[in-house]
Amino acid sequence: MLRMGCGAGFSSDRLGPAIDLARDGDLDWLVFETIGERTLAFGHRDRQADPARGYNPQLGQRMRGVLPHLQRRGTRIVTNMGVANVPAAGALTCRIASDLGLDGLTVAIIEGDDVTHLMTPDTRLFDYGDRTIAEVGRPLVGANVYLGIDAILPGIEAGCDVIVTGRVADPSLFLAPLVHQYGWARDDWAALGRGTLVGHLMECGMQITGGYFADPGVKDVPRLADCGYPIAEVAADGTATITKLAQSGGVVSARTVKEQLLYEVHDPAAYLTPDVTADFSGVSVTERGGNRVAVAGATGSRRPDTLKVTVGFDGGHLGEAGVSYAGRNALGRARLARDILTERLSRVGGFDGAVRIDLVGVDSLHATAGRPGEDQVSAPALDEDAIRDVRVRAAARARDREAVEMLLWEVESLLCCGPAAGGGYRGRITPSVITHSALIARDAVRPTCKVLRA
Amino acid sequence: MTDASPPRAGATRRIPLHRLAHARGGDKGNTSSISVWALDPGDYPLIKQQLTAERIKSVYGRLIEGEVVRYALDHLHGLNFVLREALEGGVNTSLNLDSHGKSWSYLILDLDIEVTDNRPRPSLPGGDMPGHSVPEGTR
Repeated sequence: MLRMGCGAGFSSDRLGPAIDLARDGDLDWLVFETIGERTLAFGHRDRQADPARGYNPQLGQRMRGVLPHLQRRGTRIVTNMGVANVPAAGALTCRIASDLGLDGLTVAIIEGDDVTHLMTPDTRLFDYGDRTIAEVGRPLVGANVYLGIDAILPGIEAGCDVIVTGRVADPSLFLAPLVHQYGWARDDWAALGRGTLVGHLMECGMQITGGYFADPGVKDVPRLADCGYPIAEVAADGTATITKLAQSGGVVSARTVKEQLLYEVHDPAAYLTPDVTADFSGVSVTERGGNRVAVAGATGSRRPDTLKVTVGFDGGHLGEAGVSYAGRNALGRARLARDILTERLSRVGGFDGAVRIDLVGVDSLHATAGRPGEDQVSAPALDEDAIRDVRVRAAARARDREAVEMLLWEVESLLCCGPAAGGGYRGRITPSVITHSALIARDAVRPTCKVLRA
Repeated sequence: MTDASPPRAGATRRIPLHRLAHARGGDKGNTSSISVWALDPGDYPLIKQQLTAERIKSVYGRLIEGEVVRYALDHLHGLNFVLREALEGGVNTSLNLDSHGKSWSYLILDLDIEVTDNRPRPSLPGGDMPGHSVPEGTR
């Protein structure tokens, strides 16, 4: 039985419960997954601004927290915290290990995911109407291919304590140690499908132990403030039990596992990774009691011939600003503020597309979805008199920073020039990236593995 | 909590899916995927019958520019919906505060399901009108 834990499911995931897992989880492997489409592009930009950056900003804290606990049990780490600068992430891990007196700790640096040099103006973007990179008409920030277990395994086979990667498919971070431990053939698609299921269930951290789940009165979760990260106990045949530390908060139930089973999955019978076409359509989910859920029945078929590439482009600037109205006729005053902004911002040029204005607290996240209307008769009508707190939020994008600065200025000016008693102005400008997807031939990609020693 | 006075058997009532199912949304590029799971396996056939891809596309057509595809996992009492071109451009271009469409699952849970049995179901914060009946032919 191999015991694997997940110590991060996204870039900014919590630290403390990862240290708990490293100390008390009796783990063979601890995995940190921290890359999303956005964070990768930001990593590229960080590295362009400073060649020493571009890896996960929390890497240092995470390593300082968990490395002291690994030796006792021989726990090893696999992580994609290298993001857009794997060598710098590896070097920092070695420095931290030395500082902690862990001399001799070995770190594998897995590279080859940066395929910016393979992108040409004619490269087609399958998620953008098959148009080309040239047709996007924006500067390229960077391009990364999703590597799989073939790239990670050399670091594991070299016996490294920590394996650091950039962009790899998230489930591969878990599948690689399983393939190594159990000697699964690289074309044993059924086994790779089962291991990919384990990786898929684990890669989002607390999303399987009660995070992104609680709905008071429907789906209650005990002690969510102290939710634990998940543990998978994986047998040689790839069947697994998902659980968590007994003392941690949260819950592992058939419901949490089912929600994660199809999270960001399209066709459950064809989940594509660089390693396998996984089939989750026949998976069984069985509660064993005590926050233990057994999963079995995944399978798979031949892996895709092409690999997916995320291509990042400079997206200019996102400007967002808001001001709030409270008390009697808050909604009326907020609507007036919206109308003023609509009129004045229509006179400002330079935005990419329309300006969006939301009434937060009344209609914002779902404002563009349309109302179910006749389809949905059970919801009570909006009681406008009862609305006592509304935030007007304006947002727009622009290539030119001055345009979004003007958006912020117009919203702030409502304090003195707008409806009665507007308060709480905040505004910010965020550099923006746009990502699209391309496919490249598998043999165009050459992953490398280099070993560092603390 | 359950309905204070369950309606008589056989009366049709419409109740929000939020009382019959749980759901989770995720994003890949400009595509949203939402899984919907019956809280009680006994309600799954009703949900499967009434919560069609066509209905979701028709109700939220303003938001969903592409097609809606449904996959069913009958043995787990779950449905998976793939909503193409449904994230206002995707996480890096949307102006929505919720640029990932994390909250899209609750758009689906806002839809009504017609129920004819009088089995008690949890009454939840967020409101509904227990026993609200719909005359024949109004759909």
